[in-house]
Amino acid sequence: MKVINNVKMILPAKRGNESFARASVAAFCASLSPTIEEINDIKTAVSEAVTNAIVHAYTDESGEILLEVVLYDDKVVDITVTDEGKGLEDPDEARKPFFTTKPQEEHSGMGFTIMEAFMDTLEVTSVIGRGTTVKLRKKIGKNA
Amino acid sequence: MEFQTNILKETMTVSLIGDLDEKNAREVREYLDENIRQYDFYTLLLDMKKVDFMDSTGIGVLLGRYKKLQSKGRELCVRNLNAQLDKVFRVSGLYQIIKAV
Repeated sequence: MKVINNVKMILPAKRGNESFARASVAAFCASLSPTIEEINDIKTAVSEAVTNAIVHAYTDESGEILLEVVLYDDKVVDITVTDEGKGLEDPDEARKPFFTTKPQEEHSGMGFTIMEAFMDTLEVTSVIGRGTTVKLRKKIGKNA
Repeated sequence: MEFQTNILKETMTVSLIGDLDEKNAREVREYLDENIRQYDFYTLLLDMKKVDFMDSTGIGVLLGRYKKLQSKGRELCVRNLNAQLDKVFRVSGLYQIIKAV
């Protein structure tokens, strides 16, 4: 696989930037000619990953989120969302449906489940006190 | 987020205008809860025609309202979901508890 384009963005972890993040990634992926469904899948997964960083990694909206997108020549897109927040105690546990650390705030606990369902692969690595990295991959044109 | 609301007989219809995500979650929650407190109706019907996008934050908002209404013996329904919302509803199992009409 050869890289044909890539972009890196640093976003403040503020509410509202999840909307900018998903729109930006969708626009960047347009050169791979995705279907509307594929673009919606990518937007949804990016929104989940960035919202997690805003809401859970940094509790006071004070940190930064690194968003990287790499496009490959065989129509694969890799998206990496990295924060330097508090980290996940148990990343495997956090991926289970309905897992949430904030049930009183009506978080559904479906973020990772959605990312998994809407993308081809999901990798989560996390270190307590150091932060979390979420890697998402999707092949465009798989159902063509 | 903008809202258009009308009550006809037993149904209060709220049309949501905007994305159902983290940015708008609190406003939607507060608006709907205020209406649930204030008005007497059986069905809360959310018209999603002008909601372009929803993620799991939106699932949390809908589930919260569903539980609130259910505890008062009332029901929550949705209509006019686009393809993106429909997929979020299918993947999360929301259709099993919130009826699309």
